[in-house]
Amino acid sequence: MATVLHRPEKGKIFRRQLVKEMSIIGIESIGIVALLSVFMGAVMCLQTAHQISGWIPVYTIGFTVRQTMILEFSPTLIPVILAGKIGSNIASQLGTMRVTEQIDALEIMGVNSAGFLVLPKIIAGFVCIPVLVIMSMALGVSSGAVIALITGVSSMADFEYGLQVDFASYDVVYALIKTTIFALIMTSVSAYHGYYTSGGAIEVAKSSTKAVVYSVVIIMLTNLVLTKLLLT
Amino acid sequence: MIEVKNISKSFGGTHVLKDVSATFEKGKVNFIIGRSGSGKSVLTKCTVGLLEPDLGHVFFDGRDFTTMNRKERKEIRKEIGMLFQGGALFDSMTVSENIKFPLKMFSDMDETRMSARVRDCLSRVELEGQGDKFPAELSGGMQKRVGIARAISMNPKYLFCDEPNSGLDPQTAIVIDNLILDITNEYGMTTVVVSHDMNSVIEASDTIHFIHNGEIAFKGDNADMMVSDSQTLNDFIYASKLMQKLRDTSSYKNK
Repeated sequence: MATVLHRPEKGKIFRRQLVKEMSIIGIESIGIVALLSVFMGAVMCLQTAHQISGWIPVYTIGFTVRQTMILEFSPTLIPVILAGKIGSNIASQLGTMRVTEQIDALEIMGVNSAGFLVLPKIIAGFVCIPVLVIMSMALGVSSGAVIALITGVSSMADFEYGLQVDFASYDVVYALIKTTIFALIMTSVSAYHGYYTSGGAIEVAKSSTKAVVYSVVIIMLTNLVLTKLLLT
Repeated sequence: MIEVKNISKSFGGTHVLKDVSATFEKGKVNFIIGRSGSGKSVLTKCTVGLLEPDLGHVFFDGRDFTTMNRKERKEIRKEIGMLFQGGALFDSMTVSENIKFPLKMFSDMDETRMSARVRDCLSRVELEGQGDKFPAELSGGMQKRVGIARAISMNPKYLFCDEPNSGLDPQTAIVIDNLILDITNEYGMTTVVVSHDMNSVIEASDTIHFIHNGEIAFKGDNADMMVSDSQTLNDFIYASKLMQKLRDTSSYKNK
């Protein structure tokens, strides 16, 4: 797999591959990320409103929605969900190319198959997934605000105050560091399982499952380590 | 010319190739035949570098492929075309894009010249007008022909064909055999065909290497093969009743 990092044969073709992968990994994931983030932000708002009473101030709703979205939901759960969507896509595509000898065909032509097929996916994940996560944060917080207004659980002033109170910009940096590492894990683990598939359709399915399971497990373990290292 | 010298290859204690040596001649269709699991595909993969042999050397016109680094091997591979058993066409690309792919990667041709070359290759395999289709829209025989068109797009010096007729009807199989024979003669390539289809062997072979249990059990041409007294080879050739009848009624038995 070290050959992934070798210089591409033709820059123009590599750039075209990269744009294609960015479309698959980034553009085609906007819908699911937006859907999950909007509903998660809204539900988080209602859940918090349900929990607070008496001495807990109402601005806690905005505060909780912000912290939940920025610290965990967007940077960790969105990559976990994307590991299912993108990871299985990468592993099954490469696995199918392996068992139908398309990867061998590239090698025979003299093309560095790992560099040509895997590197654009890793770069696309590295660039697109953090952007999706920022979008998720914004949509989650916005939908929380909208649902607070619609249901009347908080005024806009309280919600806005909650969003601003004790805000540390480092939390966003921490979230993006995590996301970037998770993106690398998800794309490289999935590509590894797909690229080294051998056999037929059943093995492709197994590789796809392994890609998702290993990605999720590694993301979760890394999340624990990174949280300890970066926040405590 | 391709020379394979003393190649051995094992997988987990199973010796698939045992000290195999063979010479594949330039301008000829060189067949590697043998039963399934005999080691013929492993020999081909060792020859083109898809598998690393445990021992032995492969020479492409005197150049030792096995001792080359990745960069040197890449240069040799630009001279190799390969037709895979299942076609191995890139299913996300059209027929034209498949044929154009090696040209885009390794030639300095402009778009016009590349398109002209694609048309030439499609015409050579009698698939004019099929360039905009995707591989999934083609029949098995057409996919094989596109595979050949892609393999010859860079004017290779060496052509490898892995079971080119598997899964094809007898008439289409003959079309593919003749095509391989014609382009070998036309371009003077060193062609290596892996097959266990006796019709193809009889139709298209110039030289034959029979592999049995990971060893070369016979080397020769068509005529030699038919009169060989090797029991394992005869068991292979005359496995079908049709071939047995042919043997019984042909002049071979009288030689």
